[in-house]
Amino acid sequence: MYAQMIKSTGQGVKTLDEMEPQERAFQERIDAGGKIEPKDWMPEGYRKNLIRQMGQHAHSEIVGQLPEANWITRAPTLERKAILLAKVQDEAGHGLYLYCAAETLGITRDEMTEQLLSGKAKYSSIFNYPTLTWADMGAVGWLVDGAAIMNQVPLQRTSYGPYARAMVRICKEESFHQRQGYDIMMKMAKGTAAQKRMAQDALNRFWYPSLMMFGPSDAESIHSAQSMAWKIKMNTNDELRQKFVDQTVPQAEYLGLTVPDADLTWNEEKGGYDFSQPDWAEFFDVLKGNGPCNTERLAARQKAWDDGAWVRDAMMAHAEKRAAQKVAAE
Amino acid sequence: MSSSTPEAPSRSGEWPLWEVFVRGQHGLSHRHVGSLHAPDAEKAILNARDVYTRRNEGVSIWVVEAHRIAASAPDDKGPMYEPSNSKVYRHPTFFDIPDDVRAM
Ligand SMILES: [Fe+2]
Ligand SMILES: [Fe+2]
Repeated sequence: MYAQMIKSTGQGVKTLDEMEPQERAFQERIDAGGKIEPKDWMPEGYRKNLIRQMGQHAHSEIVGQLPEANWITRAPTLERKAILLAKVQDEAGHGLYLYCAAETLGITRDEMTEQLLSGKAKYSSIFNYPTLTWADMGAVGWLVDGAAIMNQVPLQRTSYGPYARAMVRICKEESFHQRQGYDIMMKMAKGTAAQKRMAQDALNRFWYPSLMMFGPSDAESIHSAQSMAWKIKMNTNDELRQKFVDQTVPQAEYLGLTVPDADLTWNEEKGGYDFSQPDWAEFFDVLKGNGPCNTERLAARQKAWDDGAWVRDAMMAHAEKRAAQKVAAE
Repeated sequence: MSSSTPEAPSRSGEWPLWEVFVRGQHGLSHRHVGSLHAPDAEKAILNARDVYTRRNEGVSIWVVEAHRIAASAPDDKGPMYEPSNSKVYRHPTFFDIPDDVRAM
């Protein structure tokens, strides 16, 4: 998802009986649906895991602005441009909510930024794919934000208070994102033959990368089991992917577009679709840094950070100067 | 009762952290909505406007530097709040008033 392949302590989930009293009280609180707040005691693994997961989530929101920002100046109408601008601005906001929530665990914003720029921290694989046509703005809102919503809605119930509260704000804003994307798709799918071809092409290119957003099957993963016991992960990757496919296929049908999967069939027995898995070798390659846009995305973040340095310094210097003048005047 | 006031962050070049409170509507209290970084109070309010009120979420914003907030310690939860648990008579439902008395 926005946070893919998060590794936990790697030790498997302890039973309540194996825990020291403090940890046991902590786990029982989570089991009872209680929230953990920044100054509460927490196991080191929980803290570390959360920092990694929330950091990755925040970085994804920030880097996720880039593929869409690519089309702001070329939006087909002034209204579409204003909508896209508002959507991209929301994503910046999502990144900020999440950075602040992560900071309550004792990491600084600058440390997180450094981790992103050095490649130590990851962001979602999906943002390493290019946005080649205007129809991609439709596909991204519809599929990428749609997949993100699948993951984020359950995270509103996550055990860490600041994270849960950030997710509540984010989810309120996300449905606008998905709808504006689908609205673009509807326009294009009902447009000229060339527009319809563009819409189909966008779906073809974004379908499997969207399925990859949920991460590989983790039914057997000890990392996932630990995260789920801590309620910082609420569903398995396969559950969410299935839900996404079941919801999205009828939406594609409504558009008159074809999901690029010859093996896609409704399975009456399970009450869901059978579908093809994405190419997981490609996924791991993209995570390693070899996707079509990894270099470009990181270079853009690095440039923004470097170019903004003098502004950050100047504003701080100005604030300090004014504070000193105020003290002198008192 | 211990309280904790985190130290002001050492100057690492990073803008200080501000906690943001927004009054959602006239007549309601300000509510904590999150935090952000800004060089001073004025910029913190401007940033808070962009980050936390993009959809008419508020009519007024307060910001305060995070390190200036003093908070009760989580470990004091017992001594702080338990004494009121036994004082059930502070709630109106403690008193049985016969229905015949009508509205009270
Ligand atoms: Fe977002
Ligand atoms: Fe979004």
